[in-house]
Amino acid sequence: MKKILSGNLFFTLILIALLALVPYIAPPFYVYLTLTSLAYIPVVIGFNILFGYTGLLSFGHGLFLALGMYTTAFLMRNYTMENLEVLILASALSAFIVGLGVGYICVKYTRIYFALLTLAFGMVFYTLLIKFTPITGGDEGLRITFKPLLLGLDFRYLPHLDFLFQPYYYYVLGIVIILTVLAYIIVSSHFGLSLKAIKENSEKAEALGINIKRFRLYSFVISAIYTSIGGALLAHITSHVTPIFSYWTTSGEIVFMTLLGGFTNFFGPIIGVFVYTLLRDFIMSTIIYWRILFGAALLLIIIFVPGGISEGLIRIYKHFKGA
Amino acid sequence: MGLLEVLEVTKYYGDFKALDNVDLKINRDERISIIGPNGAGKTTLLNLISGLLKPTRGKIILEGKNITNMSPSERCKLGIVKSFQIPSYFPNLTTLDNLKVALISSLGKSKNFLKSYQQDEEINNLSERALEVFGLYERRNFLAKDLPHGDKKLLDVASAFALRPKLILLDEPTSGVSIKEKRDLMGTIMSALKEMEISSLILVEHDMDIVFNYSSRVVVLHNGKILDDSSPELVKANKEVASVMFGS
Ligand SMILES: Nc1ncnc2c1ncn2[C@@H]1O[C@H](COP(=O)(O)OP(=O)(O)OP(=O)(O)O)[C@@H](O)[C@H]1O
Ligand SMILES: [Mg+2]
Repeated sequence: MKKILSGNLFFTLILIALLALVPYIAPPFYVYLTLTSLAYIPVVIGFNILFGYTGLLSFGHGLFLALGMYTTAFLMRNYTMENLEVLILASALSAFIVGLGVGYICVKYTRIYFALLTLAFGMVFYTLLIKFTPITGGDEGLRITFKPLLLGLDFRYLPHLDFLFQPYYYYVLGIVIILTVLAYIIVSSHFGLSLKAIKENSEKAEALGINIKRFRLYSFVISAIYTSIGGALLAHITSHVTPIFSYWTTSGEIVFMTLLGGFTNFFGPIIGVFVYTLLRDFIMSTIIYWRILFGAALLLIIIFVPGGISEGLIRIYKHFKGA
Repeated sequence: MGLLEVLEVTKYYGDFKALDNVDLKINRDERISIIGPNGAGKTTLLNLISGLLKPTRGKIILEGKNITNMSPSERCKLGIVKSFQIPSYFPNLTTLDNLKVALISSLGKSKNFLKSYQQDEEINNLSERALEVFGLYERRNFLAKDLPHGDKKLLDVASAFALRPKLILLDEPTSGVSIKEKRDLMGTIMSALKEMEISSLILVEHDMDIVFNYSSRVVVLHNGKILDDSSPELVKANKEVASVMFGS
């Protein structure tokens, strides 16, 4: 037990050190991809609290990603709100409210019914984003035309990419570390164990006095908030928020990244984000039918390594240690 | 003193009447066994009491309070807990963590989302203690799914006991284990009852030796109706019961 823990800690510190170095050692394109990946980390962690820990597979998490992005863009455009901390909190708050409403309905169901219902909510939100043009900009979406203040500091004098690759990068890294540690604490808590129990055997959990619907709702709301904060961070990177982020393909990508990295391990989805983001760009530019390739990869993973890359790595590690 | 009352309870599954106007009063400190042939409605009755099922008609009263419409988790908080005929546990959690889930819930700590459950000394002590009582301590780090069948049944019972209910419902705690193991299992359960100070019990059991040895009162169910309800000696002497239970 201690060993695994310190193993995790070691892995985490190495990863953080590497990530901190990226802006200095990697070509700009890869810095950009890494930054994008960082913003997706809260998204997959949130998704996996619901899926990996509570056993509910959402096919509509694009809704919350888009919610964070649109909340950010909307407040910046209409209220010239410029403090990033305020924008993040506002995105979390809107996810709290919407997550409570959507979750309340969705957690009445489980399995495929839950998945379909979340899918439907994602698509409804997508349609709303397209139709309510005065607020959402319709198909075109909204553009973010100025840079936010980071901890009250004004970096507007920097060119866009310099802003993204220096202060913003480290800001995002900091937020992501805080959110990751918090999520780790949550899944290791009394509450986290109770969620796992619900996933493992909800009937037994209920017989032991756990209010399973309410706990599923808590999990849903936490998940929504994480995903939305990811969206708030992503918005400044894309500078352009469009309805596509609520479309089912985006929700599918979130599922894919998590499965790719492995939902059974806390760090799995994080690995999944990086591998997916880097691979997608590489494969998209070299192979036309890249979606088919990803589909095939997903199939192979589900059949041969259901625990994803993280399980594969652990197997390899054990193999060499055992041999 | 009255603990639980089942009042004129009828339960239909679709068109099939599984329980027919059942009345049952249970006092504190009673050890009741429910017997009856397969399909008599024993599990159905326990599920109605624990809240897993809702009656089609009738009421269930706990200490004067109508609990008919309460969920299993609410009833659990009021002190009714059930173990399952087919053992129910968390397969990919360790034996120890299975117990911890129960204890965390019973101590009202489930909503604590910032404290590591592994570092909660109270939970650690209580769960290890409970595993010792049930003889599961050696296998505390096994995943529950890897335990032998008898231990799975014990684990299910242990997690129910950990909640220290006012009334415990045990649905065939010894089914599926060999005759020899049955006695050991029952002995373990009985000493655990004492150890954990759980005094009111409803036991569903097919093994008549166990029933007559361990209960203060026997209720016989047949085709959803109560055929007899009295002391073990009188039930033993009832010819109708014998013909229903053992055929003739
Ligand atoms: N969910 C259900 N739907 C339909 N019929 C059911 C359902 N559960 C039980 N029954 C039927 O109700 C009757 C009573 O079932 P129950 O499980 O209560 O019997 P039991 O006395 O526990 O039997 P056993 O000794 O086999 O465990 C049986 O005929 C059974 O087939
Ligand atoms: Mg039964």
